[in-house]
Amino acid sequence: MQNFVDLYQQLDETTKTNRKVAALQDYFSVSSPADAIWAIYFLTGRKLSRLVKTSLLKSLTIELTQTPEWLFNECYDIVGDLAETIALLIPESSTSHHISLHELVEDVMQPLKHQSTDDQKQAITRLWNLMTSPQRFVLNKLITGSFRVGVSEKLVVRGLAEAFGLSPKVLAHRLMGEWEPTVEFYQSIISKDGGEGDLSRPYPFCLANPLQADPQTLGPSSAWIAEWKWDGIRAQMIKRNNKVFLWSRGEELINPQFPELEHAAQALPNGTVIDGEVLIWKNERPSTFVDLQQRLGRKKVSAKLQKALPVCFMAFDLIEFQYHDWREKAFSDRRHQLEQLLHQLPHISSDKPSTPSLFPELESPQSQVMIQLAQTLDFDHWENLAITRQRSREHGVEGVMLKHRDSHYEVGRVAGGWWKWKIDPYTVDAVLIYAQRGHGRRASLYSDYTFGVWDGGQLVPFAKAYSGLTDEEMRKVDKYVREHTVGKFGPVRHVTPSLVFELAFENVQLSGRHKSGVAVRFPRMSRWRTDKTPEQADTLDNVKQMLQQTTSLTKDAT
Amino acid sequence: MTSSREPLLITTPQGLFCPRGDFHIDPWVGVKKAIITHAHGDHARYGSAHYIASLEGQHVMRTRLGKSIQLQSLRYGEVIVINGVKVSLHPAGHVLGSAQVRLESQGEVWVASGDYKVAPDPTCSPFEPVRCHHFITESTFGMPIYRWTDTKIVAHEINRWWLSNIQEQRTSVIFAYSLGKAQRILAGLDAGLGPIFCHGAVENLNGAYRDSKVKLPETQLAGRGNERQIWKSAMILAPPSAQGSIWLRKFGDISTAFASGWMMIRGARRRKAVDRGFVVSDHADWPGLLEAIKLTGAEHISVTHGYTSQMAHYLNNHGYKADVLETRFTGERIDGNSENDDPLELEDESLQSDPSKMVESEN
Repeated sequence: MQNFVDLYQQLDETTKTNRKVAALQDYFSVSSPADAIWAIYFLTGRKLSRLVKTSLLKSLTIELTQTPEWLFNECYDIVGDLAETIALLIPESSTSHHISLHELVEDVMQPLKHQSTDDQKQAITRLWNLMTSPQRFVLNKLITGSFRVGVSEKLVVRGLAEAFGLSPKVLAHRLMGEWEPTVEFYQSIISKDGGEGDLSRPYPFCLANPLQADPQTLGPSSAWIAEWKWDGIRAQMIKRNNKVFLWSRGEELINPQFPELEHAAQALPNGTVIDGEVLIWKNERPSTFVDLQQRLGRKKVSAKLQKALPVCFMAFDLIEFQYHDWREKAFSDRRHQLEQLLHQLPHISSDKPSTPSLFPELESPQSQVMIQLAQTLDFDHWENLAITRQRSREHGVEGVMLKHRDSHYEVGRVAGGWWKWKIDPYTVDAVLIYAQRGHGRRASLYSDYTFGVWDGGQLVPFAKAYSGLTDEEMRKVDKYVREHTVGKFGPVRHVTPSLVFELAFENVQLSGRHKSGVAVRFPRMSRWRTDKTPEQADTLDNVKQMLQQTTSLTKDAT
Repeated sequence: MTSSREPLLITTPQGLFCPRGDFHIDPWVGVKKAIITHAHGDHARYGSAHYIASLEGQHVMRTRLGKSIQLQSLRYGEVIVINGVKVSLHPAGHVLGSAQVRLESQGEVWVASGDYKVAPDPTCSPFEPVRCHHFITESTFGMPIYRWTDTKIVAHEINRWWLSNIQEQRTSVIFAYSLGKAQRILAGLDAGLGPIFCHGAVENLNGAYRDSKVKLPETQLAGRGNERQIWKSAMILAPPSAQGSIWLRKFGDISTAFASGWMMIRGARRRKAVDRGFVVSDHADWPGLLEAIKLTGAEHISVTHGYTSQMAHYLNNHGYKADVLETRFTGERIDGNSENDDPLELEDESLQSDPSKMVESEN
């Protein structure tokens, strides 16, 4: 495992992409297939199902090091990471453990799952005693399922591609989806001949860059196709050999959460992959993301939930047709073929209710349109589109997507072809009232904040935000927090309310779970309002007015 | 009677003060008579009429506070009497000339440790335990997660890193506090690997170290000469404030490292945005603090600078009478960057790129 620990440290220590790729390439060049495939498994964020309770690791450390529990907790608070805290607390051993990665995982770690607590303790103690501190850290990370390092799947693919002289695109495709970390699978992904095995595999998603410049800079508007930017889950719908696979962008198979979509996709011809967005669709418009999360959170969805939260697949791209990879074709051609394809399916035309016979098993008489074609937005000039974009909220969308007519379906976020032109977020000026230490890179800095707005002469907590400040600003706020703490509740510090921040967020909804009665989506600090006193911050009524704006629009649409 | 007597040392708005002897230790402002434990900026301040410090540190003191200060230098162990209080200085092992201050009066012995470390350091006298009744200890790294690796092993890691940079045609840059840390790192460098250059702030103090007969490898001031070739195999030592500065640009393709005890924690390492973090500290680690406290035989421990409340709590549970000695630096440090709170080196602590600023994106 030492090779893997070295690789981890090299990846962790540098911020430079080329060095990361070189480290990966070196690792794959010398590692055995049995080790390499586990390395890929962990580096691409795959996890072993839970092996031991994290509380066991903590109590074992306390026992072995005779650290009082309060002191352990203080240490954890400073380090911000359990695996690291433990690795640091256990005294350094002079030896290095010479077990290989696959032996460690297969022979020692995986069996932990079915062992008694005592056996688990014994096995882990043995490992800790045999390992150096860096080895222990990586082991703890793997055991707790919190192993993360600064490489994307794309970088792992690049390193692997360099090591074996393969095309990164082919490799990316081979590595997507569900697979078992076996030597056989490893051999198949690094094999030269492209026997593209797994039918279930989606394509790497093509991502858009945020449009920050004026759209005029994109040249003549006629070269571009515009669509709404939907706020759901990006997904690929695959139909091959009579089987349907629905993959989220997080590379999870989401068929179980959306059985209706699985049924609907059966109507597609074999050898089809459609890219789109999964949405909860009510009253002819997308519902909130919170609704969607309810469906995502379930392993199985009841008929009742299916009815209460009806789902729709908003199709906007065709990337495989008749078993052919269409990614290199122009977007306008792909889109055209997508339209043709969907028009042939009776249930998707929106002017005519779906034919009930297509889905007899679903008791949904209200003719839910399961697969919809994402409409394009007509515009002659960029100015027209800008006006349309302003109406995004009325349509329950996040803004506008711009796709060049000739753009290919690229792997990842390639600049130029696709742009997302989001609407400006809502903003509110709020006062910092509580602060908490961050984790990971921001451990020991007070970087997680709670903000309040005025309600009847009192500041009520209304949103939490962690991002948006520069490191320097964060250090200033951190200092402020330390010097102006008026109370502590566990790790939370209550501070003198005097710093005002402009918070930006995407949406606002009623919420019974929040003290303020409202919940906001993706709150972040957009500006430190050093020019404002806390008295000048916004009120809860201001926020609720935004709420009325969106809800009245929803009602209008009904 | 003993209990009702005024303590030998008390805290005042000016800093640690001995009422019986009428002198201060490491005062924050100018006073009549100041005993200085060591020359770091948070301990040695300008403006006092009379300074007392160790003979070992005289050159460093004068480099920092100016040639014209009125400085009385004491050999380690030499006893002087100030208004009836016996005062002597003893090596603290922190940096060149660093001292613990031993005070004795009416049968009572107090020791104010200043900053100290127990690990060996070729650039200064080693820490010497001093028996006392009341020990004032620092606690910069007073948590059990802080345990230092052997200095020699770290020196070896640094040399190995330097060598690999040379092979990759990159200039090595280590950020280290210019007083003490830089010289300790210099002493461990394998000068056979390539030329060593120092930032002006470091080079200035190298001179003071050499004047004090501390053996350091040959160094040159980084700043003259423009041939790119020179830098490729070079090691550059610079204060932390040089990170991200224009001065660094002349070295071309560089690999950076930060040397500090804070580098023990991954989060701190990542915040620093350097390629490597070397765990090198001039403070005692957790086992070192506990060992040093034990060796004093003191019953009463005052904890200052760092994880004061945690350390005091732990000591109280382990047979000591411990309390927290409040300092002007309010107990808690701002961040891992200010190991020595040295104002000369805190000008530029701005951290870099924040990934959290990336907003989510589905499309």
